[in-house]
Amino acid sequence: MNPFQFTRATTPKAAISAITKESGTYFLAGGTNLIDLMKREVIIPERLVDINKLPLATIEKTASGLRIGAMAKNSAVADHELVKKHFPLLSMALNAGASAQLRNMATVGGNLMQRTRCSYFYDTSMPCNKRGPVQAGPDKGKPNGPSGCGAIGGFNRMHAIFGSSSKCIAVHPSDMCIALAALDATVNVSGPKGDRRIPFSEFHRLPGELPQKDNTLLPGELILSVDLPTNRFADHSHYLKIRDRASYAFALVSVGVGLDMKGGMIQDVRLAMGGVAHKPWRLFEAEQFLKGKEATEVNFKQAAALAMKDAKGYGENDFKLTLAPNSIIDALKTATKTA
Amino acid sequence: MAQNEHPGDELEMPDASRRHFLKQSSALAALALAPTAAVKAVDTGWDQKIAAAFEQLPLQVTINGTVQNVSIEPRVTLLDLLREQLHLTGTKKGCDHGQCGACTVHVDGQRVNACLTLAMTTEGSNVTTIEGLATNDHGATARLHPMQEAFIKHDGFQCGYCTPGQIMSAVACIREGHADSPEEVREYMSGNICRCGAYANIVEAIMEVKQGGKKV
Ligand SMILES: Cc1cc2nc3c(=O)[nH]c(=O)nc-3n(C[C@H](O)[C@H](O)[C@H](O)COP(=O)(O)OP(=O)(O)OC[C@H]3O[C@@H](n4cnc5c(N)ncnc54)[C@H](O)[C@@H]3O)c2cc1C
Ligand code: SF4
Ligand code: FES
Ligand code: FES
Repeated sequence: MNPFQFTRATTPKAAISAITKESGTYFLAGGTNLIDLMKREVIIPERLVDINKLPLATIEKTASGLRIGAMAKNSAVADHELVKKHFPLLSMALNAGASAQLRNMATVGGNLMQRTRCSYFYDTSMPCNKRGPVQAGPDKGKPNGPSGCGAIGGFNRMHAIFGSSSKCIAVHPSDMCIALAALDATVNVSGPKGDRRIPFSEFHRLPGELPQKDNTLLPGELILSVDLPTNRFADHSHYLKIRDRASYAFALVSVGVGLDMKGGMIQDVRLAMGGVAHKPWRLFEAEQFLKGKEATEVNFKQAAALAMKDAKGYGENDFKLTLAPNSIIDALKTATKTA
Repeated sequence: MAQNEHPGDELEMPDASRRHFLKQSSALAALALAPTAAVKAVDTGWDQKIAAAFEQLPLQVTINGTVQNVSIEPRVTLLDLLREQLHLTGTKKGCDHGQCGACTVHVDGQRVNACLTLAMTTEGSNVTTIEGLATNDHGATARLHPMQEAFIKHDGFQCGYCTPGQIMSAVACIREGHADSPEEVREYMSGNICRCGAYANIVEAIMEVKQGGKKV
């Protein structure tokens, strides 16, 4: 790992001013993504601001739902009584991610900010528009190898089928974020220009012409917390994760479902998918279709077909074109039955 | 230096004076003996880098009950601190990237991967490694932890490389309340990979300790 300066912040304000002052400065939360990327020289910070001492780890009831601090550990959130009772989808998604050890380290803020697991992004000898050319040592920042996207026309079985661009076809790897997308979360941030609230669907972005940018956070902004509005999905929630082994692997495809059922009727529904796009992928059309309908396999199939309308494979990931709709149907069936 | 303009005590800069001192000190003096190299070094900011590389920050952390006051570079992981500096080599380095669990230790009672933990973030914490699990581990009254005994009884290993991590993880798994069934144990132990495939026996060992009801 390259050397860097280390500082510790005890207030959000100090953390924000430290990161704003000098370029090449990064917040350090659990470190499970950042330290990994630093060891591989994908990211070479000049300075780390340790934010682990910030008082941002509380999980508390609010007038409109639940507020989860950015520094709350993934395991603490997954095991929290209020989360398990009122937002079981979030518990399920968190517990489907990483390992028990990593969940004890990983924070909510860091999970939102984690980078893609595209193997070209990780391999600094390979072309990647998202990583950009990186070079360690005295020649830092100078072009290093070819630019372009290695995954297009390369090994891309983990990659996107929705919303990709000719610049990047990577997926956002988070499980937690699929639940937050389905549950209409809001991200509270603070920065040099003050505080703002970002609706979850606007937090992550599609790659477009700027694949370097994963999200809409502005330079110097610190995530403070995530708000979840109260909902009626607790009795019929399910997170289905399909992966190469039974546990401790990233999703090929995942589906988060929340249903509000009355008799056999779907009063309201939330659907989001992971492993398929550069951002957590909400299935708005499928939701619209299912609202007010009966919870039948025929309807689930039609909803899945609607969700897949604009899907596009890149060769090795073509299997997702079949796996994704089947997963949607499966997750909906399971969510209907749970209670 | 700009570093000194930090807002009061809210941003701790344990390195500022040290860095300044080191910049003047012998490491860089040696470099200056080769004039062109030195000029290039200053140009590229490489002198800063070298100062940082030699930079040691103070850290106080309690490891297996003993308070340790050490000096480390900020880039040292908890795993490297344990193994290279404190010679506690029970904790193993497998992948060094959070993917195998061989480096599992407890920080303030929570199991974590020491390979992705910067040692500096453990300031003021209590760390327990496999060396600290047995009670009274010197002399005739030394006693293994029940989990260590169960691993021996059930052959919970072959080569033994993953074993310290498995045992630290297993103890935490029971303490967390995630060992109510073999299925739950398999899921909550999935962060520990065993290349020898001793999984079946590991699950048996954990279930026995759990069902034995002893305090772990
Ligand atoms: C082997 C392995 C397997 C994994 N498997 C899964 C999986 O199956 N599913 C899954 O979802 N994830 C998985 N993960 C990823 C894991 O969830 C993330 O690494 C973790 O959530 C990151 O959180 P952190 O606190 O450790 O972040 P850090 O590594 O500390 O930080 C990550 C980034 O976020 C920034 N950041 C952190 N906090 C804030 C904040 N409050 N405001 C602004 N920026 C911030 C940092 O500057 C950094 O750039 C896996 C990781 C590993 C190593
Ligand atoms: S898919 Fe994106 S992250 Fe992967 S190589 Fe292409 S540009 Fe890089
Ligand atoms: S060495 Fe830490 S997880 Fe493999
Ligand atoms: S006993 Fe050999 S790796 Fe587990």
